Amino acid sequence: MSNATSQNETVHRVSFLDRDSVNIPILKILQADGTVYENAVLPAIDEALAHKIYDTCVFTRVLDERMLGAQRQGRISFYMTCTGEEASIIGSAASLDNDDVILAQYREHAALRYRGFTTEQFMNQLFSNEKDLGKGRQMPIHYGSSELNYQTISSPLATQIPQATGVGYSLKMQGKRNIAICYFGEGAASEGDFHAGLNMAAVLKSPTIFFCRNNGYAISTPTSEQFMGNGIASRGPGYGMHTIRVDGNDMLAVLAATQQARAYAVENNAPVLIEAMTYRLGAHSSSDDPSGYRSKDEEAKWQQHDPVKRFKLWMINKGWLTEKQDSELFEKYRSEVLAEVKVAEKLPMSSVDTLIEDVYDTPTPRLKQQLEMLKTHIKKYPKSYPNSEGSV
Amino acid sequence: MAEINMLQAINDALSMAMEIDDKAILFGEDVGHFGGVFRATSGLQDKYGRDRCFNTPLTEQGIAGFANGLASNGMTAIAEIQFADYIFPAIDQIVNETAKFRYRSGNEFNVGGVTFRTPYGGGIAGGHYHSQSPEAYFTQTAGLKVVVPRNAYQAKGLLLASIRDKNPVIFFEPKRLYRANIGEVPDGDYEIELGKAEVVREGKDITLLAWGAQMEIIEKAADMAAKEGISCEILDLRTLAPWDVETVATSVKKTGRLLINHEAPLTGGFAGEIAATIQEECFLYLESPISRVCGLDTPYPLIHEKEYMPDALKTFEAIKASVTF
Repeated sequence: MSNATSQNETVHRVSFLDRDSVNIPILKILQADGTVYENAVLPAIDEALAHKIYDTCVFTRVLDERMLGAQRQGRISFYMTCTGEEASIIGSAASLDNDDVILAQYREHAALRYRGFTTEQFMNQLFSNEKDLGKGRQMPIHYGSSELNYQTISSPLATQIPQATGVGYSLKMQGKRNIAICYFGEGAASEGDFHAGLNMAAVLKSPTIFFCRNNGYAISTPTSEQFMGNGIASRGPGYGMHTIRVDGNDMLAVLAATQQARAYAVENNAPVLIEAMTYRLGAHSSSDDPSGYRSKDEEAKWQQHDPVKRFKLWMINKGWLTEKQDSELFEKYRSEVLAEVKVAEKLPMSSVDTLIEDVYDTPTPRLKQQLEMLKTHIKKYPKSYPNSEGSV
Repeated sequence: MAEINMLQAINDALSMAMEIDDKAILFGEDVGHFGGVFRATSGLQDKYGRDRCFNTPLTEQGIAGFANGLASNGMTAIAEIQFADYIFPAIDQIVNETAKFRYRSGNEFNVGGVTFRTPYGGGIAGGHYHSQSPEAYFTQTAGLKVVVPRNAYQAKGLLLASIRDKNPVIFFEPKRLYRANIGEVPDGDYEIELGKAEVVREGKDITLLAWGAQMEIIEKAADMAAKEGISCEILDLRTLAPWDVETVATSVKKTGRLLINHEAPLTGGFAGEIAATIQEECFLYLESPISRVCGLDTPYPLIHEKEYMPDALKTFEAIKASVTF
């Protein structure tokens, strides 16, 4: 029998490890004014990539602003923004291959956009209409697309973590030089599934990036009431996992860390843990009001670390973007989102027949019987079931 | 006596339980300073301190295991699971530990001091993961009591009884009624006995049985039926485990008919257990098959929530079918 514990120094008097004994540096490349730190090693990025990243940032800002507004107007039932976390999400997504599989938590729609999810597809999901890939079955923001290798969102927290370990392992078994990337928050990292998923990934050598968005809050619960260790990164070495902490509001740092993490995962068939330090500038969701648990001052302080603004300044410094082009981009997406809202909200919902689809691969006799009974009932009282009145 | 909503009634019960019992500890995700995502625990941290009312890390299995530990050592553990849909990571602790603590130790140890509060049910456009009614997973687990209140008054009395019961209780709160249900609730301490159904309205043609948020649905259906000359007796089961067979059987022997309504899917739902028992108890009294008006055998859908739900119209139709069988 062997014990995987490393052979370490022996001592002969009691000596505890201090909880602060693990020093975890934080990678920063881009400064607030859009210049890079002296001696900083930049990620691989050219003008085309920078534009694609920035384009996704602007689209996401516009989508979040407009759709939160639409929720407030009662046009959609629910919404979640990722404002403040765009660099973490887009910087990491931009470091991947399109065949890498994304398992997101729920606040990573910017990664889906980066993959190519269209404005129309976003709207179809948000308005739960008949063109929604998920057939209108889930609340707004629960996107998914097999074509784009982005698994459909599930609200229960952290369930995607051990699943990502399995996806990564399957990619390895299939002989693909691809990885799984798993997004989750620092709150979700308290769930048992986090431990199960990371430990298994290390032991089974699953090429998976575990990307933690440490945004300071799990709904109202601050990190100080979530864990006492040195963030989430300190756990990585405990699992025997390559680990890095980055400034999650620094697009170039996230890009650099994720590019190298991906290369390492593919080359070594091994997982990597990335902890991105960021801040959830918006509420947890449209159902939440942060004024009950944090101050305006704190939010204002983080506004100064706006990741999109920082990256924009860098692009301007590089001569790749002008203020005018930036305004035009915002205007373009505002018009586009508005136009797509108008189309999507007029489309009907999926017919009542879809209610029993996908419970199993084919509906069981019992389900078919229940549907027939339901339709007979709706025919009798069509006005009481306005969504289905037309489809029975 | 004040007119308050169900959330205030629950808050009142929790406060009273903590005031009288200094061993009572209240915890869960966001329940501390913030007062819970529905504000059921508002103000309790200020009143009883951070040691007795606090946020836990985000881990339901941790919350349940911690509750078991507290109660096994003589404390009163009142744990909140933020949504019943999120109780499943805790199911090992609840099913294999909470429920069997007393039995497996020959009563050397018990966790009767545990109460899990959790909001359940649909009607809030919550889709699969904020709408489920998972009570039947727990009614099949011997050792647990399962309680569901229908209004503010019931919520306070049943919750106080659940917290003080010598057995672990899962207390399912109908979240669509949290603010919608307003009623007279006594300011003082009172308990409503667990394991007792209540005859809410007397009638002679058919017995309608439900619990929680579906009570107002069967009441509405009974009003519709009354206009057709059908007299419905309405029962609130209140406690699902252990359930009050006697009150239900007595009613069914009188009316000769039974309709059970629940939000959870039909197959494997608790209505099946009730129907089987009542046909044993009342076989010769039954004038029609026992009727179940329940959710469909699908996950809880978003856009077809209205179609999925066992609403008043479906109940009304089933009442007529039963009476004219």
